[in-house]
Amino acid sequence: MDEMRRRLIQSGGGMTLLGLLLAAGWIKPEEALAQAQTWNKAAFDTHSLTDTMKALGGGDPAQSKDIVFFQTPEIAENGAVVPIGVTSNIPKTESIAILIEKNPNLLAAVFDIPTGTETSISTRVKMAQSSNVYALVKADGKYYVAAKDIKVTLGGCGG
Amino acid sequence: MADPMKIRATTLGDSTEVKVLMSHEMETGQRKDAQGQTIPAWFIQNVIVTWNGRTVLSAQWGTAVSKNPFLSFKFKGGAKGDRIAISWMDNRGDKRTDETVIA
Amino acid sequence: MKAVRAAVALVALAIAPSLLAQGSTADEIAKYRAALQDGNPAELWEGRGEALWKQQRGPKNVSLERCDLGLGAGVVKGAYAQLPRYFADADRVMDLETRLVWCMVTLQGYTEADAKKNPFGNGNDRKSDLEALTAYVTSESRGVKMNVPMRHAKEAEAYRVGEKLFYFRGGTHDFACATCHSEEGKRIRLQDLPDLTTAQGAQKAYTTWPAYRVSQGELRTFEWRLYDCFRQQRFPELVFGSDAAIALTMFLARNANGAPFDAPAIKR
Repeated sequence: MDEMRRRLIQSGGGMTLLGLLLAAGWIKPEEALAQAQTWNKAAFDTHSLTDTMKALGGGDPAQSKDIVFFQTPEIAENGAVVPIGVTSNIPKTESIAILIEKNPNLLAAVFDIPTGTETSISTRVKMAQSSNVYALVKADGKYYVAAKDIKVTLGGCGG
Repeated sequence: MADPMKIRATTLGDSTEVKVLMSHEMETGQRKDAQGQTIPAWFIQNVIVTWNGRTVLSAQWGTAVSKNPFLSFKFKGGAKGDRIAISWMDNRGDKRTDETVIA
Repeated sequence: MKAVRAAVALVALAIAPSLLAQGSTADEIAKYRAALQDGNPAELWEGRGEALWKQQRGPKNVSLERCDLGLGAGVVKGAYAQLPRYFADADRVMDLETRLVWCMVTLQGYTEADAKKNPFGNGNDRKSDLEALTAYVTSESRGVKMNVPMRHAKEAEAYRVGEKLFYFRGGTHDFACATCHSEEGKRIRLQDLPDLTTAQGAQKAYTTWPAYRVSQGELRTFEWRLYDCFRQQRFPELVFGSDAAIALTMFLARNANGAPFDAPAIKR
């Protein structure tokens, strides 16, 4: 047991304890999920970028040209499924969040990106109406943002 | 019990691309049923992706992620045959874990 | 006079950008559709359908793995590209959905009513096993050229009846399938309507069903497509697995011959 603890401490660089436990096969991903289960209710309940930033514990994010949308259409045929791809070229990117200005709740998703994972994610979100979509990046403890205006045309009939 | 996820993990040079589809209603809590009653929110809140046990992505989701969610990303490393496991948990506490090997 | 000319010029100026916008709108919608192709939730239905196909179910507790979809018992690969077709055991032309019901009845021991009772999911918690099975079987024909046979007299008859139905005008709106689907360049809002009277139009339409409909969050089969077209044109309800549904499917599937099947697809 002591030996194991020593190894944990020695090899700790860059990896979280949770990661180590996972790597050692001591806990299953599902259990890791239960332990990692933090869900920032305050942030997901916000209705303005200012409030979201407050809930996330950050200040005003700086506009950044190093955040790029990819595979993200300017017009979405259906707001139920809007593809969003975000790449951050900002060094030391830790997380990427997607926010939709005119949705009932602003924050759609936050992705935490460990070292070794490319700072680029692609997913699909719902949009209540045409709106600015923000890609919010946390890098080296600071926040950066880029916006894209996406128009939503909701086809009415079942065709 | 939710349906299995569909996971694809493929090596691309020195990195691995992971694509996953999850079966989930992702109910927003904003909709009403035929009787005018609000349909309660029901959505995935946490996602974690591991490669041979090591976390390569974790996420928190709100109700705005689309029904039957799709997610794609890449991480450095990964070899054919390595294990990729993905788990999600929703706001009702339902969980699901699926695995694949890198192709 | 000058004022009129100025007004005309103003109107022309006002129109020009909107015309331009229309072109770029179409481009952007095309980009949207392209972005959806990568990661089609239809795969979730395919997976569920494959599990259902292999699972021992029904009063007789057997799987569907001995179901004959036209290419021999248990052959799934490429089967959908040759449906509908005449089946001697049933002495009837059948589309895939009807054949699945047949196998659920004859192999698994379900009553026909039970096998047919939930042909389409409700977009929420009530999922349809038939849609999942259809997703699985059709996915096994992806890339296979459509080759719907017309050797048997009943196949030819189904085609002829389907053609009649396609042009048959009726309902409160005096509508036919052909009202919307027999000319190039028609559309409803942003939806381009395929001209199903041309080989190209029929091919493009038929080979992209079933499809995951993002607007419904459901996988929809070709029978559903016909069912909903009937509803939209204010026709009487198209009964699932009816001769009319199979005949229309026969007409459209046969017209799509020669094109590679490319579904389950994803549509808005």
